[in-house]
Amino acid sequence: MKQIVAKAAAGRAMGNLFAAAHGRLPGSGPVAHIRARAFEAYERAGLPHRRIEAWKYTDLRALIGEVLPLAPRPDAAALVRAARSVKQAAADQAVKLVLVDGIFAPELSDVGRLENGVDVRSLREVLENSADSAIAALVLSTTTDAVISLNAAMATDGLVISIAEGRAVKRPIQIVHVATGSLVSTFTRSYLQLGQGAHAAVLESFVSAEGTSAYQTNDATIVLVGDEASLSHIRLAADAADAVNISSGIIAVGAGARLDLFSMTCSGSISRYQGFVTLAGEGSELSANGVNLIRHKQHVDTTIVVDHAVPHCTSREKFRAVVDDCGRSVFQGRIVVRPGAQKTDATLTTRALLLSDEAEADNKPELEIFAEDVTCRHGSTLGALDGALVFYMRARGLSEKDAQALLIKAFLGEPIEEIATENLRDLVSAQAEHWLLARR
Amino acid sequence: MALLEVRDLHAGIEDCEILRGLDLTVNAGEVHAIMGPNGSGKSTLSHIISGKPGYRVSTGRILFKDEDLLAMEADERAAKGVFLAFQYPVEIPGVTTMNFLRAALNAQRGARAQKEFSTPDFLKRVREVAKSLNIPEGVLKRGLNVGFSGGEKKRNEILQMALLEPSLCILDEIDSGLDIDALRIVADGINALRSPERAMIVITHYRRLLDYIEPDVVHVMSKGQVRKSGGKELALELEACGYAQFEGAA
Repeated sequence: MKQIVAKAAAGRAMGNLFAAAHGRLPGSGPVAHIRARAFEAYERAGLPHRRIEAWKYTDLRALIGEVLPLAPRPDAAALVRAARSVKQAAADQAVKLVLVDGIFAPELSDVGRLENGVDVRSLREVLENSADSAIAALVLSTTTDAVISLNAAMATDGLVISIAEGRAVKRPIQIVHVATGSLVSTFTRSYLQLGQGAHAAVLESFVSAEGTSAYQTNDATIVLVGDEASLSHIRLAADAADAVNISSGIIAVGAGARLDLFSMTCSGSISRYQGFVTLAGEGSELSANGVNLIRHKQHVDTTIVVDHAVPHCTSREKFRAVVDDCGRSVFQGRIVVRPGAQKTDATLTTRALLLSDEAEADNKPELEIFAEDVTCRHGSTLGALDGALVFYMRARGLSEKDAQALLIKAFLGEPIEEIATENLRDLVSAQAEHWLLARR
Repeated sequence: MALLEVRDLHAGIEDCEILRGLDLTVNAGEVHAIMGPNGSGKSTLSHIISGKPGYRVSTGRILFKDEDLLAMEADERAAKGVFLAFQYPVEIPGVTTMNFLRAALNAQRGARAQKEFSTPDFLKRVREVAKSLNIPEGVLKRGLNVGFSGGEKKRNEILQMALLEPSLCILDEIDSGLDIDALRIVADGINALRSPERAMIVITHYRRLLDYIEPDVVHVMSKGQVRKSGGKELALELEACGYAQFEGAA
């Protein structure tokens, strides 16, 4: 009985939100129809809760209760505040594309510095242009996941990036999500397509302007990596301490193509990154890695589903979580090998380091194998820092915190080393360093 | 003033008393050998002097340079000049020997309000010492002790000792697991560090090590106490008669 009441409450709040957003959501005709259908799908399911297996450890109904009202369009003052955070978050050499409170901000972006063969438009522009209806439908595609349906219904803006065939993009493209409004929600949706043989590095950063608190971010990114193409896709979530960030990646990798995925969450109150990667073309390779740094009462969930749809694909996954105070880490890694996807080679390792007695980590690796000639492995460990190592270092003069910091860095090193682009790897290392400094 | 004074030390793990009234005085410039059978408390003594957690000291005191050593954390003791060469050096994947050495050296210098070494000075110093210990430079770039042989691990301990320049070196069974050539390199490294300002406590089961490192004083430990002390001839006597004669003595 209680459950039904909760669901009704969440649904009602959401219904108001959708109605209130009318006129703010770009697109009419078929787009509006897709949105309405997506919203209905969300409304039927409501916010995910613990009895939905994929959300077992991240019960949004219990954790966030309701979705906050849509963020207003950023005004001039908001853009000024956002600009400061963008400056801090900017990766060296990167071409920035900035979304403020869910709206593309060309004035803060480096549109003029885009390389040849890189086409960028705002989602708003695409949805409002009826000639783009095919792209619009693709971008707004939904899955059975309720937060993705909600995202399709509510997306105010995003980036539609297309990289031409054979083009090797030199500078990383950085999408910066900045929140400036408190107690509001943003919904962004982006689409990234690499043509055949193209190469690119895309960094996604989630930050907030100073003084912003308690916002909710719901982002979805749809990625198509063309045949023989290669993409390095890095996400760095450094939200405000009491923010909620639910991000989804829906990714397909073509034949002979390679995707290097890296995800790091180092702040925010409740965060989930769910990546759905389909190895759709033969001979494709995935290297998916991540690091979550969790403290206070933070809840950080990384859920990765790798779908080996065709034969001869390889996936390597390495995830680490460091959990301090009363933090909670969730890692769910599912590997699906479809019938006929022979010679699949998949490995998943996940390790959690607990720094306090109250820290918690839940690891759920799953293998679903429907082909016979495959190699699939998974390993999962959970533990505290080794006291013998700490003592050895202290006996050489390192303080307890310094010894711990060195050991934590070593623990995080392996996945971070997988980031091939040096300045992006340095950026991630610097974030980890920053997190560790606060422990001193 | 003695460099290290241990007085009536009673200590152990939980309710098990391992050291039962141990006395030991070590002056600067001296090399002391501590010999004794398994379980006599030799390693426990080295752990307690260096500040390893998990031991309980019920009575007694340890003074180092006239300061109460037991009141200090392990890293403070290191910064004051206490160094323990481990019997079993740990492996630390992901932390290169070079980075670790540098972090340790700068932490100690920081604690003593000394200036940090510049990168070129540090590298020069490490290379010199590594060369004298026959440690290839490539090894320094690998994870600390990861995949090292027993001999390499022990040489790495001496490398750290040489760089950190402690005033009290405790060498806990530095000879265990070493072949004769490695033993000679390690012993040469230790002898090179002998100085009038520095004292050493060499813990060993075997007299052989003392052929390479000549002690000024030899102590026989048994059942948590020093049973007998003497010159280097005591080691020869031990080899002839064994430890049994000390087992029952009070």
